[in-house]
Amino acid sequence: MPISRGFSGRRRADADPARVPPGQYVTDDFPVLSAGPTPRTPLDQWSFTINGAVGQPMSWPWQEFLALPSETPTADIHCVTKWSKLDTTWRGVSVDTLLEGVQTSADYVSAFCDGGYTTNLPLEDLTGGKAWIAYEYGGEPLEPEHGGPARLLVPHLYFWKSAKWVRGLTLTSMDEPGFWETYGYHNRGDPWLEQRYQGD
Amino acid sequence: MARAALPGRLNWQLGRVIELTEETARTKSISFALPDWAGHRAGQHVDVRLTAADGYQAQRSYSIASAPEDEYLVLTVERLENGEVSPYLVDELRPGDEIELRGPIGGYFVWESSLEGPLLLVAGGSGVVPFRSMLRHWAAVDGGAMPRLLYSSRSWSDVIYREELLRLGDRDGVDVRFALTREWPEGWQGHRGRVDRELLGEVASPPSEAPRIYICGPTGFVEAAADALVEIGHKPSRIRTELFGPTGG
Repeated sequence: MPISRGFSGRRRADADPARVPPGQYVTDDFPVLSAGPTPRTPLDQWSFTINGAVGQPMSWPWQEFLALPSETPTADIHCVTKWSKLDTTWRGVSVDTLLEGVQTSADYVSAFCDGGYTTNLPLEDLTGGKAWIAYEYGGEPLEPEHGGPARLLVPHLYFWKSAKWVRGLTLTSMDEPGFWETYGYHNRGDPWLEQRYQGD
Repeated sequence: MARAALPGRLNWQLGRVIELTEETARTKSISFALPDWAGHRAGQHVDVRLTAADGYQAQRSYSIASAPEDEYLVLTVERLENGEVSPYLVDELRPGDEIELRGPIGGYFVWESSLEGPLLLVAGGSGVVPFRSMLRHWAAVDGGAMPRLLYSSRSWSDVIYREELLRLGDRDGVDVRFALTREWPEGWQGHRGRVDRELLGEVASPPSEAPRIYICGPTGFVEAAADALVEIGHKPSRIRTELFGPTGG
């Protein structure tokens, strides 16, 4: 390892190193990352949809979505731009709940969003209590700049997979790279394997 | 240099510091010689990795300030108070030092001359860095329609690339507008205060001409400028944003 002359670093004493993936640093802020203007869809025009390779597409308007059983996960999140934030608190609907009764042989999912953003994931990264459609952060409605009214929350992958302004999941039999995945970012994005970019 | 046809792994490589240039009291441009650089596109960034004697490592991303045509890769870094990496790069690094870099990274917040039509660049603070790459690229390739740059800083002494941007305005005819939010030199003719909807409406080509708009800066600045441009009637799909968070380190 080439030593950087005169660099000692500033490790945070209050962050458990075992919870910080390689190349990440812990922040108390909640930085924002996006590629375009923040979309603002009125709630009476908002719905969440599951479609694609499913027996019967499903759709929930905002009020019906809020009426679904919710969970309150606490999670560490890791952004590919190097910051990590520990113990973030959310409320949302588990993807397992949304997929109850959905018939599919699909292996992949494309999350689609207001503003045109998409991201792709293996279905198994969204099931088994690992992913939510979150609409509250820190006990408050999720702010638009952080993806409100609702965003995907997949904390075990880099945070670009937790698509902001999410409006639905398209189940597919083939893996179709999403927005950042076509611009050179890693297809899966596991922070513990430091899968930041293609080839990592 | 030809770009690799297929993107493989972006390997870490040792960049040797050639030169450091003070841009402002808090900002330096650092030129690197790289042994194995496949080229970049204007607007892309690199990852920098520092290693302490005990093996501890820290990584950060920095926008590339040089044009693809330039001899050396240049990063312009602002020293962030309480930062971990930026104070080292700005205050410690000397010519001849070597640090690890890999890239180029990102392919969306990119401008190249094949993208035709009016171009508007909106910068807040050190968010001007990728635009320096784009403007140098534009000048190097004679890239068509005259770009417009609207650049917001706290004061005249905080303006990065001041002489170069004035020259781009005077010599090359680029429409460069400065907005100063906190302090103004005597007789200041430019905009005073924050970039607002009125100023953006005045500087931007009308929505009917569908300018390509790039906005880069701190989160609040980028959100406000993007919202205002959408309100004016610019299509969200024509607006590309890059956010420089306060914790860039």
